Amino acid sequence: MTDVSKFTPKTVYVTYIAATPEAVFEALIKPEFTRQYFGGFAADVEPRAGGAFRMLYPDGRVHISGTVLDWTPPKRLSCTWLVEGMPGFGDLPECIVTYEIEPAGGATKLTMTESHSWEVPEAILAGGRSGWPAILSGLKSLLETGKAPAITMVPPAGFTDAVQRALREKPWASQGR
Amino acid sequence: MAKPMFVYVTYIRSTPEKVWEALTDPRIIAKYWFGMTVECEWKPGSPWALKFEDGRIADAGEILEVDQPRRLVIRWRNEFKPELKAEGYSRCTMQIEMADYYPGFGGKAVKLTIHHEIEGEGGDKFIEAVSGGWPKILSNLKSLLETGDVTFEKAGAA
Repeated sequence: MTDVSKFTPKTVYVTYIAATPEAVFEALIKPEFTRQYFGGFAADVEPRAGGAFRMLYPDGRVHISGTVLDWTPPKRLSCTWLVEGMPGFGDLPECIVTYEIEPAGGATKLTMTESHSWEVPEAILAGGRSGWPAILSGLKSLLETGKAPAITMVPPAGFTDAVQRALREKPWASQGR
Repeated sequence: MAKPMFVYVTYIRSTPEKVWEALTDPRIIAKYWFGMTVECEWKPGSPWALKFEDGRIADAGEILEVDQPRRLVIRWRNEFKPELKAEGYSRCTMQIEMADYYPGFGGKAVKLTIHHEIEGEGGDKFIEAVSGGWPKILSNLKSLLETGDVTFEKAGAA
């Protein structure tokens, strides 16, 4: 089981959505929603702590795999993430992605926190920092207008090199994991 | 400890011209910025002031760069909370770009990036304050441009 206390928040993104907390929670876990705003990937989530969490390619291959750590609809969803779909990425340590959902002035506040258990280089964090705004802007548009802008997500400059370097040097091995 | 800075990106189904207008037209600003108004001529060197509905100045400074409809840089200091004012002037950069799309989905989106940091050292309290405010303001702006309505009308309620 993942030791959550070893993980530190590295990237936080907050957005406010004109929808109910229940609708926001559904949009995070139902494939008919995620396909529209999350790069075409279909969420496949077992609705319980300890269940499997996966994001699937249209052909059913696994892009992201993990385990549900906290299943508290419609307030909180926390999962471990391992990006298996990109070559080599499956050998990086897993991270934890947590969504917190709360009512806010008639709307809903969604907070995404990406936490890591090792000193992740900025160039690797930049991947999530460029991806999350596109994904969660799409989620907001989808719930408010019925249509998500599907924004192309290109890895930022230096991202792939930083991942390759981390895979060679495995800095997490000496960071007390 | 690294110097604190706030960076926020949002994608809006709109055009750069409409996003620029929303960032600079006081009537539109009042709709998504919870009734705050801006007085400014939007030229380099112009004084800039963000005011409460009752006319008190919340923040003030000057325009450093204007590149319509791509880039706006504001020198910006809080004027109504002494502990924030004490941290001095900040620099807020607003950048507007076209976002790339997956072919087949159609439509266009604008990528709006807000970068905010203190000019000198430090700025922990100021950056914490704007980190709470910007997501509300920019969520409202995105909703207004995409749907004609804001996400919510009162900042205090959120």
